[in-house]
Amino acid sequence: MRDPKVVCAGGFILFLIVLALGAPLIAPKDPLAQNLLIATVPPVGFADAEPGYLLGTDGLGRDVLSRVIFGTQVSLTVAFVAAGLSCLIGSLLGLLAGFLGGFVEALISRLVDVWMAFPPVLLSILLVAVLGTGLHSVIAAIVVIDWTRFCRVVRTETMGQAQMDYVTAARTIGFSQPTILFREILPNVVPVLIALLTLEMGIAVVVEAILSFVGLSVSSDTPTWGGMIAEGRQIVHEGWWVLAAPLAALFATVVAFNQLGDGLARSLDPVLRR
Amino acid sequence: MSAPRLSIEALSAISLRDSNRPILRRVSLAVGVGEVHGIVGESGAGKSTIAKAILGIIPSQVRLTGGRIAFEGRDLLSLSRNELRALLGRDIALVPQDPSTALNPSRRIDAQLTDGLRLKRGLSAKDARLRARALLDEVQIRDPERVLMSYPHQLSGGMRQRVLIAAAFGLEPKLVIADEPTTALDVTVQKQILRLIRALQERHGTSVLFVSHDLGVVAKICDRLSVLYMGRVMEQGATADVLSTPRHAYTKALLAANPRYDRPDTGLEPTPPEVIAALRAEIAAFDAGAREARDG
Repeated sequence: MRDPKVVCAGGFILFLIVLALGAPLIAPKDPLAQNLLIATVPPVGFADAEPGYLLGTDGLGRDVLSRVIFGTQVSLTVAFVAAGLSCLIGSLLGLLAGFLGGFVEALISRLVDVWMAFPPVLLSILLVAVLGTGLHSVIAAIVVIDWTRFCRVVRTETMGQAQMDYVTAARTIGFSQPTILFREILPNVVPVLIALLTLEMGIAVVVEAILSFVGLSVSSDTPTWGGMIAEGRQIVHEGWWVLAAPLAALFATVVAFNQLGDGLARSLDPVLRR
Repeated sequence: MSAPRLSIEALSAISLRDSNRPILRRVSLAVGVGEVHGIVGESGAGKSTIAKAILGIIPSQVRLTGGRIAFEGRDLLSLSRNELRALLGRDIALVPQDPSTALNPSRRIDAQLTDGLRLKRGLSAKDARLRARALLDEVQIRDPERVLMSYPHQLSGGMRQRVLIAAAFGLEPKLVIADEPTTALDVTVQKQILRLIRALQERHGTSVLFVSHDLGVVAKICDRLSVLYMGRVMEQGATADVLSTPRHAYTKALLAANPRYDRPDTGLEPTPPEVIAALRAEIAAFDAGAREARDG
């Protein structure tokens, strides 16, 4: 756990969690309050900056910093809930497929193959269109698409572990199938799973941003990074900061999740850990 | 002698992958109560297949074609999966070959030792933990608390094998199957491990089926032994008799192939070609007889 990658990335994500939970207290302004008199004011430090608006204002005079801070709420909710559910469903099916083999494995693997043949972004847009917009639909869309990632990796990993001597040894003690799967094999799959989970959180944040960008996520009175990017894109020549701030937040978040996943994969493996 | 604890009668097996090549040819042997029975033979002789057949972990490409494996009179081969599972770990336990892979790399030793005690012996978590500690003492591990909190990769090969022996004998089974338990260890550790197995076996009155390719190892630990060649028992009897007055040419050849540190002038003798030819002929004659019995 001394891995600097894990400490930095984990620290940053912890910081984001604090921002999301404490947004009403931390944000300097109301993220929805419009003031057309100070529209498109640049960040502090530039000419014509308005004191108190650290990152400037958007086209409707709303505080960009406050909106970015409130935007973490949607991003992190989607990251944790959607990635968590995909992980749960996908890895359960993957464990079963890899451990039981035979008919179950064939069925689940074919399902994953067919599932993965659909273009993911198209599928999610289609799903949200059918389910209607809103946070639940975004999460559902991500879960429905991304469980296959977990399923594939966990299935392969489980198959490999099931061949190991310690599994045979467990059989010769007469342990039941569920005991062998969850007590013996699962702990060996967890490092890969954690790494995959954190990567998936990064992906979920991006997918949510894409859906917000095309207006298929939460309603427009909730600040989201994707929504801010969409608005900022239209006035990028008058106020680049409106686009740059949420983009930087998005970028940093995804990088942090990826680095955390990478670092955790190493430090959770008892053999690699020294 | 009273009824044997384990008795294998005319056990036969074929390899499905290798055009039904016989792996075991009517193998019969018996392990008495409190007895150590060795199975020796070169690799491919079918030693491990016998061990696996008893434990119900025959690989899918091997099929048993006949015979009985009676454990205290019950035929293991006719038991259901659940019946066999109930027996394994309570009455029969395995000391595996390779201590570096037979322990779960992601779990600490205490978890791995207590699992069997809790699930198969019904001990509470606390009792299991105390028992695990006592078991490590019994296999002469000096720092049991540290070992209990370790992961397998933090232990040496000899330590791991001690842990596995503790796990097997700790379940207080009636029969322990030791599948080449010293092959992966260096010679000095080998000796300690053999002494340990023998001591535990005597203390608990456990029967042991000891599989090895090494006559020297078998000579140290076994009361009786069976010499296996191409799945056929060539010679069987009390260890001292077989080693001092081998009756079968193959046993003589095996003995000659064993390095003698006390007599460095005598070189290693490879199995003479005429012995191999005679063995092949014997096997062929057996197969012809088996075919006739089946077809005629």
